[in-house]
Amino acid sequence: MFEVIFLQFLNGLDKGAAYALIALGLTLVFGTLGVVNFAHGALFMLGAFCAVTVRMFLTMETVTVDPERLSPWGTPLEVREPLVQAWLGDFGAVLVNYSVPLSILITIPIMLLVGIALERGIIKHFYKRPHAEQILVTFGLAIVAQEVIKSIFGPNPIPQPMPTDLRGAADIGAFLGMQANVITYPLWRLIYFVFAGVVIGGVFAFLQFTTFGMVVRAGMADRETVGLLGINIDRRFTIMFGLAAVVAGMAGVMYTPLLPPNYHLGMDFLVLSFVVVVVGGMGSLPGAVAAGFLLGILQSFASMNQVKAIIPGIDQIIIYLVAVVILLVRPRGLMGRRGVMES
Amino acid sequence: MTIFKRGVSRRRVLQTGLAGIIGSGVAPLVFTKGAWAQEFCNNPTGDTVTFGLNLPLTGTYAEEGADEQKAYELAIAHLNGEGDGGLLNVLTPSALKGNGILGKKVAFVSSDSQTKSDVARAGATRMIERDGAIMITGGSSSGEAIAVQGLCQEMGVIFMAGLTHSNDTTGKDKRRYGFRHFFNAYQSGIGLGPVLGQEYGADRRAYHLTADYTWGWTQEESMKEATEALGWETVAAVRTPLGATDYSQYLTPILNSGADVLILNHYGLDMVNSLTQAVQFGMRDRQANGKDFQIVTPLISELMAKGAGESVKGIFGTSNWHWNLQDPGSVAFTKSFGAAYGTPPSQAAHTAYVQALLYADAVERAGTFYPPEVIKALEGFEFDGMGNGRTLYRAEDHQCMKSILVVQGNESPTSEFDVLNVVQEVDRDVTTYDPSIFGGDLGPAEPVPMCA
Repeated sequence: MFEVIFLQFLNGLDKGAAYALIALGLTLVFGTLGVVNFAHGALFMLGAFCAVTVRMFLTMETVTVDPERLSPWGTPLEVREPLVQAWLGDFGAVLVNYSVPLSILITIPIMLLVGIALERGIIKHFYKRPHAEQILVTFGLAIVAQEVIKSIFGPNPIPQPMPTDLRGAADIGAFLGMQANVITYPLWRLIYFVFAGVVIGGVFAFLQFTTFGMVVRAGMADRETVGLLGINIDRRFTIMFGLAAVVAGMAGVMYTPLLPPNYHLGMDFLVLSFVVVVVGGMGSLPGAVAAGFLLGILQSFASMNQVKAIIPGIDQIIIYLVAVVILLVRPRGLMGRRGVMES
Repeated sequence: MTIFKRGVSRRRVLQTGLAGIIGSGVAPLVFTKGAWAQEFCNNPTGDTVTFGLNLPLTGTYAEEGADEQKAYELAIAHLNGEGDGGLLNVLTPSALKGNGILGKKVAFVSSDSQTKSDVARAGATRMIERDGAIMITGGSSSGEAIAVQGLCQEMGVIFMAGLTHSNDTTGKDKRRYGFRHFFNAYQSGIGLGPVLGQEYGADRRAYHLTADYTWGWTQEESMKEATEALGWETVAAVRTPLGATDYSQYLTPILNSGADVLILNHYGLDMVNSLTQAVQFGMRDRQANGKDFQIVTPLISELMAKGAGESVKGIFGTSNWHWNLQDPGSVAFTKSFGAAYGTPPSQAAHTAYVQALLYADAVERAGTFYPPEVIKALEGFEFDGMGNGRTLYRAEDHQCMKSILVVQGNESPTSEFDVLNVVQEVDRDVTTYDPSIFGGDLGPAEPVPMCA
């Protein structure tokens, strides 16, 4: 039984890592700009499609017809040769194999630009407007992003293979000195969890230990006072929006081997992530991260056969049940600031 | 003016009236086959006849839908006398002439069913009512097939099902206006059971993950029946939502369940995802109960095998047809399809193509588009040359009785298309079963409902 519980716990951490990464970006935007950003899921999806695009370029092929050889249907055989491998040899093959992690390098500047353009171009005009209008405009932006991706890449998921060296399962049981092959877990899911930890830790460190972060935190607490000190807080908040887009984009890139991305990917995660933010507390970064992992773990345990035998279908609704209870008994969320969502 | 001068006699009125009736061409129809019921849904009056293609171009079964669309377009081209003729040249017996159907050129309209039953039903309604479709065909989900054939029964339009594998399609939900060429879950069990027994022995413990809709339920039931007959024990059967993407929460409980076989009652993208993730969880490297852990996918296609890549190697399943078969029908179809699209056809494409031809042939033999006559022409029709050996369209349940294939993921493929090996062709005599075991009622063919 210990093995089952341990595996479900790992599963929960894995799911929670994705929830926490998206919720972290959402909370960054809400905490700094006060904007409820329904386009945040679309940023996750755009990041995933950065990985798709990089792979498409890396796997471009030349097609030549060999009249000497025939296809199974009797026509001259089309011989396809990967361009990158032809140019770069073994190094090209390595680039193709590691296309997903390599995409991160391209995704960071792209998502930073997308985030800044979005904030400067549209979002800033809605700072002083009601939350309902912010939700409408950002939801509209999400739909536009979806349709653009759909028109370019089509409606169906595009699988992104993980590097061949990282496809197997890690024998965690043996690593912990237990019997071999009892507790095994996919390597890429563990990598995703570690990656999420590094990104979350990086964001917290950036806010905690840099002057820029200190100013941003001060602005989050009292925007007007920081402005009166002669600091251009708007510019810093714009960069924070860009940073949130980068976090969402990187989360999307690394998730592609686990879930083939399609244009709807962002919407699938958006609703769950909002629930995570509400449970954690609107505007609370530690709350978003803690709630992400907590709900991931709860969902994982709810999917155990023993639990479902008692309450069928509980795995599908557990997150929303928790959200309802939290909103009833503690409207500001687990770690939310007093007054937020309580007025 | 002279008429009025002489007056109009009763005899002359009768003579003139009769001449008028004969002259207007009504009389010849009285003596024409099927003329007793020219009023039926979308009776084609012009020089074209329209097929309604209801295809999942998005969603879990989108790849199958896209391949079906190619096959239908090829079939329509061949029916109209274009291209190399494909299976028109090898279907026996055949009334097809390559000049359309009853001299009318075949056209088509299509609708994306999104792998959703309600969307499929709405699309079929639109194609019948707005576009005048004489026949609806397609689909890669049994949920869609059952929903659409129910609609077609209500509207008096024949439905030639595409890829649908649930026992219910021609079992408890069968309809007089619905016909299925594809095999079903029960036949998969009949074919696959003995091979699993031979490969993995009689002492096994199976864990099922099952897509939670009609196909998954009947597939699970049929596989349980087949494996328990071998002596296997069923440890658990867990339902997963159609279109689920992350199976980790369903896979982890298997690792310590005591099972040594995982049976994935999934299809399309669901199967690609669940199989790939099961392999990522290290299931194929595990030992359980002192045996190698095994994975089985009872229904598998080359499209899915290609999508699953390395994960599918060595995995057993069943298929309706495979492009590498060497009978004249399979060779002809693979040649036509490959030349047109640059890839071999999938089993979904094959069944779609065959259904289009069988409908057209039945209309030619009936001499009319009047659905009850076309139904009579299809019921009990026995044919050959379409790639599955001698095949019977059984009158009792509108299910084709034919040979099926047990296949295995190819361990050493020679090309990107060489992903499945045919292990065994299971003969029609073996896959034939009593049509009464699944119940259901076909319902009446007449009176023909009017769609609008």
